[in-house]
Amino acid sequence: MPRVWSELKLKEMENKIQKVLVLGSGALKIGEAGEFDYSGSQALKALKEEGVETVLINPNIATVQTSEKIADKIYFLPVTPYFVEKVIKKEKPEGVLLSFGGQTALNCGIELFKQDVFKNNNVKVLGTPIQSIMDTENRESFVNKLDEIDVVSARSMAVNSTEKALEAVKELGFPVIIRAAYTLGGQGSGFCNNEEELTEMSEKAFAYSNQILVEESLKGWKEIEYEVVRDAYDNCITVCNMENFDPLGIHTGESIVVAPSQTLTNAEYHKLRQLSIKIIRHIGIVGECNVQYALDPNSEDYRIIEVNARLSRSSALASKATGYPLAFVAAKLALGFALPDIKNAVTKTTSAFFEPSLDYIVCKIPRWDLGKFLGVSKEIGSSMKSVGEVMAIGRSFEEAIQKGLRMIGQAMHGFVGNKELESGDIKKGLSQPTDMRIFVIATAMLQGWTVEEIFDLTKIDRWFLEKLSNIVSINSKIESYNSLIDFPIPLLKKAKQTGFSDFQLARSIFKEAFIGTDEQIQEIRSFRKSNNIIPAVKQIDTLAAEYPAQTNYLYLTYNGDTNDIEYENDGRSVIVLGSGAYRIGSSVEFDWCSVNALETVKEQNYRSVMINYNPETVSTDYDICDRLYFDELSYERTLDIIELESPKGVIVSVGGQTPNNLAIRLHNQKVPILGTSPESIDRAENRYKFSQMLDNLVVDQPEWKELSSISDVFEFTDNVGFPVMVRPSYVLSGAAMNVVSNKEELEHFLKMAANVSKKYPVVVSKFMENTKEIEMDAVAKNGKLIAYAISEHIEFAGVHSGDATMMFPPQKVYVETVRRIKRITNHIANELKISGPFNIQYLAKDNDIKVIECNLRASRSFPFVSKILKTNFIDIATKIMLDVPVEKPDKSLFDLEYIGVKAPQFSFSRLAKADPILGVDMSSTGEVGCIGEDYYEAILKSMLSVGYNIPKKNILLSTGPARSKIELLNSSKLLKERNYNLFATKGSSQFLAENGIKSTVLYWPDSKEQPNTLDYIKNQKIDLVINIPKNLSQDELYNDYHIRRAAVDHNIPLITNARLASAFIIAFCKYSMDDITIKSWDEYKMD
Amino acid sequence: MEQTTNAKLILEDGSIFKGRSFGFEGSKAGEVVFNTAMTGYPESLTDPSYKGQLLVLTYPLVGNYGVPGSETENEMLKFFESEKVQVSALIISDYSFKYNHWNAEKSLSDWLIEHKVPGIYGIDTRALTKLIREKGCMLGKIIVNDEDCEYYDPNINNLVADVSIKEKQVYGNGKHKILLIDCGVKNNIIRYFLSKDATVIRVPWDYDFHKEKYDGLFISNGPGNPEMCDTTITNLQKALNQDTPIFGICLGHQLLALASGAKTYKLKYGHRSHNQPVLLNGTKKGYITSQNHGFAVDDDTLPEQWESFFTNLNDDTNEGIKHKSKPFFTVQFHPEASSGPTDTDFLFDEFISKLDERQ
Repeated sequence: MPRVWSELKLKEMENKIQKVLVLGSGALKIGEAGEFDYSGSQALKALKEEGVETVLINPNIATVQTSEKIADKIYFLPVTPYFVEKVIKKEKPEGVLLSFGGQTALNCGIELFKQDVFKNNNVKVLGTPIQSIMDTENRESFVNKLDEIDVVSARSMAVNSTEKALEAVKELGFPVIIRAAYTLGGQGSGFCNNEEELTEMSEKAFAYSNQILVEESLKGWKEIEYEVVRDAYDNCITVCNMENFDPLGIHTGESIVVAPSQTLTNAEYHKLRQLSIKIIRHIGIVGECNVQYALDPNSEDYRIIEVNARLSRSSALASKATGYPLAFVAAKLALGFALPDIKNAVTKTTSAFFEPSLDYIVCKIPRWDLGKFLGVSKEIGSSMKSVGEVMAIGRSFEEAIQKGLRMIGQAMHGFVGNKELESGDIKKGLSQPTDMRIFVIATAMLQGWTVEEIFDLTKIDRWFLEKLSNIVSINSKIESYNSLIDFPIPLLKKAKQTGFSDFQLARSIFKEAFIGTDEQIQEIRSFRKSNNIIPAVKQIDTLAAEYPAQTNYLYLTYNGDTNDIEYENDGRSVIVLGSGAYRIGSSVEFDWCSVNALETVKEQNYRSVMINYNPETVSTDYDICDRLYFDELSYERTLDIIELESPKGVIVSVGGQTPNNLAIRLHNQKVPILGTSPESIDRAENRYKFSQMLDNLVVDQPEWKELSSISDVFEFTDNVGFPVMVRPSYVLSGAAMNVVSNKEELEHFLKMAANVSKKYPVVVSKFMENTKEIEMDAVAKNGKLIAYAISEHIEFAGVHSGDATMMFPPQKVYVETVRRIKRITNHIANELKISGPFNIQYLAKDNDIKVIECNLRASRSFPFVSKILKTNFIDIATKIMLDVPVEKPDKSLFDLEYIGVKAPQFSFSRLAKADPILGVDMSSTGEVGCIGEDYYEAILKSMLSVGYNIPKKNILLSTGPARSKIELLNSSKLLKERNYNLFATKGSSQFLAENGIKSTVLYWPDSKEQPNTLDYIKNQKIDLVINIPKNLSQDELYNDYHIRRAAVDHNIPLITNARLASAFIIAFCKYSMDDITIKSWDEYKMD
Repeated sequence: MEQTTNAKLILEDGSIFKGRSFGFEGSKAGEVVFNTAMTGYPESLTDPSYKGQLLVLTYPLVGNYGVPGSETENEMLKFFESEKVQVSALIISDYSFKYNHWNAEKSLSDWLIEHKVPGIYGIDTRALTKLIREKGCMLGKIIVNDEDCEYYDPNINNLVADVSIKEKQVYGNGKHKILLIDCGVKNNIIRYFLSKDATVIRVPWDYDFHKEKYDGLFISNGPGNPEMCDTTITNLQKALNQDTPIFGICLGHQLLALASGAKTYKLKYGHRSHNQPVLLNGTKKGYITSQNHGFAVDDDTLPEQWESFFTNLNDDTNEGIKHKSKPFFTVQFHPEASSGPTDTDFLFDEFISKLDERQ
C-alpha cells in the first residue's frame, strides 16, 4: 500500500516562508538562453500568487523577469557566489530557489552551499535538496545512486587526468565520449575514436572541470527524454516525453526533437516512464527534473544518460509542447504544495496532477548561426552550438517539420522547394552531421537515395525518413503539373496537409516562371481558398479534448475541418507579431518588447493576440495575451490569422526584423498596420530611398554605392579611399561582410565572398575609423519626438552595435553632438511621419554627425534604456500605435544620477575553432545591463556579469596597432602601479619598455623560443589576455588567432578591443570587489 | 501517396466525417468512443472491453511502429491482450503506411485486414471527440465503398457473453490459487498473477464457481453495461457472504458494487485514456492510471459496510471501493495497464498479501 500520509506538517512549515531569493541565469549564451527567462518568470509569478515577497538577481536587463511587477526587488548583478552572498546578507531572504536559472544558478547555489552561506544566513533551499542536485551533477555519485536501484547508466569512468583517461579507455574500448562534469549543455565534451583525439579532447575538457568522464559510446541509439515532476508527498508524474530525430551522438540541444515520442511502443514508453519515476523518487527531487535515455533501436535495452535536477531547455520545450506550466508548478511544489492541490492551468477545473495528452505533434528544430563565425567547425555533435530554436505544431509529422524548417528563418521554405544546396559530398554530409544535415537528407532523396541508404549513414529511425520521403514524393507529383488549371484538388489538399506552403507550391508548379513575387503566391492562395482548402484553428488543451477548456493557446493545421474557437469579428483584436527564433542579433530583448506591447494592448481594452513560435519565450506563454497563435510568422500564415481575427490592426514594430519585413507585404494586402506607415518603413529600409531622403534633409551619411562589377568597385575606392566596408548581396562562402584596407584585400575578398554581377551586386561604403558610434532609441507620434534615449558605444565604430559595450546616458559626448543628434532625429521622424518606436545609429567624430542606419521599429537596446530611464518606451509606443493620448515623459537622461552599461556576452568557447574577434558582423549571443554610481563601477559590474574576473596577477598584452598601443599606455601604467605582472608579445613589450613599463616577453605561438605565449595560456599562468588585432584584414586576423583561441579554449578572459580593455582596466584598478555597491534597481533614484 | 478507397463515418445525429479507408474494406456499425492515449494501439485494439465499439484515437499519428508477431507465452499471445482485435472499427487522423520497429511483423492495416476490421483515416478526430464529449457516446457506422449498414447498439447485448472464455482454463502452477471470473479479461492481468506465484483458474462469466477451491477471487474487466451480467452478480453475492479475499478491476469493480447493493450509471462519454488521476481517499496520494470504461459506480449508493477507495481527480467519480472489514476491494482503473502507466500495479501485491494473511 502507499506510504502513510504524515507529512502535512511539511506544508505548514514551508508556508511560513515570506521572502524568497530567485537566481537568474545571466546573459543569454549558447546552452543557456531564453528558456530561463521563461522559467524564472513563471516561478516569480507562482510565488507572487502565494503572497511571497521575491528578490531576483539577474544582470540580464533585456529579460521579462527583470521587469517591474514581476519580482519585488531586482538586482542587476552577476550571479556569482560573491554577489549572491552580499544580496543575501542585505535582503535576508528565508528561502532560495536555485533551479530556475539554469546551470549558472545551480552551480552558484552549490558553491554557496559548500561555503555554508545558506546555513549561516538561515536561508532554506526550497524544492529539490541540494544534496540531491549534487548527486546528479557528480558522475560517480550519480552512477552509484542509480546502481542502488538497479537502473543502468552508460558505462563510464570518472578520471582526473589525461593519463587516467587513456587507461580508462583500455577497459571501455573506442569509441568513447568525453564529458566534463558540472558544465553547461555539454561544454568540453565530444566523441573520441582514438588516443590522439582522446588526448586533445580531455586536455580541453580539463580547462572547464577538474573531473572528466570517459563513457562507452552509444552512437546510433535513440535518444529519449522525460520531464518528471514530484511533490514533497511523493506524487510523481511525467508531463511529457520527447524523442530526438537525430540519434544519440548529437546533443539534444542540437537535435531535431519531436513530442510525444513517435517510434516507441507502449512497452518502451512506459518502461522508461516508470524508470523516470523510480529515479526521481530515489534521488529525492521536489519540483521538476529531466531524465535522458539512450534506447537501443533493436531491443528494449536502455541507458540513463543524465538527469538534470532543474528546469532546463527541454522542460521549457515540454511546457510549450503540452501546455503544462512546469516551472510554475515546480515553484508551487517548492513551497510545499501537493500536486493534487494545484489546478490544471488550462482547463481550470481538472487537476494539475495528471499527464497531458497531446492530439498533435510538435517538432523542435535548432537554429544555428555558424555562418557568422570565422573558422568555426560546422559539424554538430555532443556539445551545443545552436543559438535558438523553434517549435512547430501540426497534426502530421510532415506538416510539423515543414513548418519548423520555415520557422528557423534561414530562407528555407520547408523540406523541399529550397534553393539548391551546393551538392558537396552527400555521403559525408549524412554521416558527419553539420547544421545543414536535414537539407542534405532532402538533397539525397531528391537525387534518388533510398531511405535504407540514408539510414545506413545517419541511423535516423526509418519512420522519420519514410515521412520525409513522403514529402519528396508528394513534391514530385506536384511538379508534374505546370499550372493550376488542371491541378487536382485532392493533391492540393494532401500537399497542404503535409506542410507545403503556398510558396513551395508556386515554386514546384510554376517552375522557372516563379520569381517569388507576392502576386504569384497570391495566385496559389486564391486558388486554394476558392476550393475551400483553408487551415483549421485548433486548441492546445492538455487533455486532447476530453474536457472542455477555455484555452487561448492555438495553432493552425490542414489536418482538421473545423475551428475550435468562434470569432467575434468585433474589430477589437490587435495582433502583435513576435520575433521568432532567437538568433544572433535578435533575441530576448524583442520578447520583452512583445510582452510589453501585449500588456499595453490589454490595458487599453483591446484583445491582445500574439503570433510567435519560439518555445524559449515569455511571449508564447498563453497567459500573457488573450489569444496565442503558436505558429509561423510567414506572410501566408499571418494572412490566415488576420483573415480569422479581422483585427483593428497589426503591430509589426516590436518583434525585431522578422515582422518588420512583413510590413509592406501585409500592407499591400490591405492589412491595417498600426503605427508608422509601411511606406515609411520601406523608405527607411530601402537603401536608395533612405539615402535620397537624407540628402534632401541635408543629413550626412558615409559615402556608399551599390556596384555590380569589380572595376566599379575599384573606381569607388579610388574616390573615397580605404578602408571600405563591403556587403555582398549573395554570399557563396566566408563572411557576409567585411572591412578591407587595401586593394589586394578587396580583390581577395570579392573573389572569396561572391561573384559580383548585375544579379548579385555588392554594397561598398566608406568605413569610418576612430569614430564614435551613438545610438538613438526613440518613440515618436505623428513625426514628433515623444521619448528618446541617447547611448554611446565604448568601442569605436567597426564593432557591430550588438557586440558593442554601451553606456547610457552618454558620458563622453559633446553637448553639441547630443543637440545635433536630437535635431537630426527630429527631422527624420518628421519626414517619415513616425508613429511608434524607432532607432537611429549615428557616427560622431568631433561634432561631425553621420547617419548609418535607421530602423522604424524597436531596437535591441529598448529594454536597456527603458529600464535605466525607468520609462517604458514600448508602453508609450504601443499607446501611440493604438491612438491613445500620451504625454511626454517628464524624465530625461540628464536627470539620472547613475549610469547604465550594457555589455555583450560571447559564446566562443562553444564554437570550436571560431576566431573570437569582433567585427562588423555580430557575434555575441546575449547581453547584460548593470547600473553603477559612475561609469567605471557600471562597467566593472557588467564585465563581471559576462564572465570576466578581476585578474589576480598576470596579464598578457598583445596590443596591436600603434593607436591601440597608445590607447592602452595609461592603463598599462596603472596595472604596473597595482603590482600586476605584465607579459607581452615582442612588439608590445618593446613599446611598453620605451615608455618605461617593464614587461616579460612571451614569444608568438609559431615561435620556437621560450617562454611561449601558448604555454603560459595552457598552463593557466595568465589571468587576462588582451589581444588587439592589428587591423581587420584576414591575414592579420590569423596572426594572433592562436593566442585568442587558446585563451578561449582554456577559459581565460579575453579582450580584443583597446578602448574596452582600457575602460575595464581602469575600472578594476579604481574599484575592488568590496567597493562595488549592492543596490537593487529601485534604490537607484532619479534627481 | 497511397491509393485508398473513400470511406465515411456517419453518426446517429446525422454528422458525416469523410475520410479514406485502411485495414479491412467493409462497412461496420457500433458505438463510437474515444481514447486519448498516445501509444499502445496493439494492446488497446485487443482489449475485450472495446467489444462492439468504433474506437477513435485522439492522437493523430497511428501505425508508426507496426504490429508485433503472434508469439505465445503461458498459452497467451505475448504482445496482445486477447486472441483478436476486439474493436469493431478504428477511426484516426493520420495513418502511417510505412512503419518501423524491431518487434514489428506487419503493418496495422494488414493486421486489421486479417481480423476483418475496417479503419478510416483522414478524420478530424479532435472535432469528432468534441462532438462526443458534448453529446455523449453515440452510435455510428463506417461506410466503405458506399455499402450502407444498420446502426447497432452493442449495449443492448450481453457483450460479456461474447468475449468471455467458453470453458475453464488453468494457467501456471503457483502457490496462490486465484479464481478469475472472465468477463473479457486482459492477458496482462493473468500475466501479473502468474508473476506473483499464482495459479490462475479462469472461468466463464456465468460459471458457478462455488464448488471450486481457491484462495482468492478475481473479477475481470469487460465490455458493456454491468447490469447485463446478472448471473455473475448473483454468484458474487454468495461470495460476499464468505471471507475469501476478492479483487476486481473495471467491469469487475462495477459487478462487485452491484452485488453489494450499490448502483451503477452510464457516464456521458466515459474515461478512456492513460492519464486519469485518482486519489487514494483520505490522503494526498495520487496515481496516474489507465482507464477504459463507460459506466461508473455511484458513490452515494454504497452500502454501509463499504467505502469509497479511490476518487477521480478530474471529475470526482468513484474509482474504487473496499469493504470496511472484509478483504474485498475493487478498482475502476487498470492497475495491469497494458497499455498505459503501471503506477498502481502494487494492488496486485496488495491482493496477494491478503491471500498470504489468510494462509
